[in-house]
Amino acid sequence: MTTNQLMFVIFSAVIIIFSILTVTSRRILRAATYLLFVLVATAGLYFLLQFNFLAAIQLTLYVGGIVVLIIFSILLTSHLGDKLEAPGWKKTVPALFVAVFGAVMCTITILQYNFPMEVITGSDRTKIREISYSLVSTEKFGYALPFEVISILLLASMIGAIILAKKRKD
Amino acid sequence: MFEGVPLQWFLVTGTIMFFVGIYGFLVRKNLITILMSIELILNSVNINFVAFNKILYPGHLEGMFFTIFVIAVAAAETSVAIAIIINIYRRIVNIDVEKMNEMKY
Repeated sequence: MTTNQLMFVIFSAVIIIFSILTVTSRRILRAATYLLFVLVATAGLYFLLQFNFLAAIQLTLYVGGIVVLIIFSILLTSHLGDKLEAPGWKKTVPALFVAVFGAVMCTITILQYNFPMEVITGSDRTKIREISYSLVSTEKFGYALPFEVISILLLASMIGAIILAKKRKD
Repeated sequence: MFEGVPLQWFLVTGTIMFFVGIYGFLVRKNLITILMSIELILNSVNINFVAFNKILYPGHLEGMFFTIFVIAVAAAETSVAIAIIINIYRRIVNIDVEKMNEMKY
């Protein structure tokens, strides 16, 4: 087993175990912490695949932004000593059936499909310069329009969040 | 050059994470835990995009850009969702989905 495979197995095990704990833990703050571990392990997978920029984005935006936001809202809206009530079997059994059935179906399909394995060799390590050029270029493989659309979306959601969470005077 | 790990391993990991997220989305009652399940689902899709990009098409960047846009959309969605959750908590002092049975009072 090579080093890459060993690292992949470690990250993948962390992802699977802690994602299961995220959806089954009955203390909500612990669930948020497990989600943090899952996201950090995903950043580790990106580092393994040599997407350094993407891993940095994952660490700053997901781990530093979204999880902190979720933890703040947990602290605002629930009492820390409380346990969530366990879901009854009427909910658990169909959901478990759906999840296991879907996972098994997809896994069988993935393992049966033979992907084209002749690897296209090219410039492999992505440079920040390339990323930033194609993020604002309008030519082929340029992403200027989605970039602008996503910036408008972020602005709109920021304004929307402020207006929604603002205290009403009435 | 990245070698050694087959593409299928990444896809199976993403699949398991996706369906764990689906399970949490169906089972949980608290709104914030539902939000966390949605984050799991989005993250599993990101793993698939990145693995496809690196192993089948190295030298291209499409999967990476899709992942960046998915992360941005997830950030926008989370901020608005948390604003809505706080607003609901202010109204009915509870964020269980089963307690929310009216849109406007």
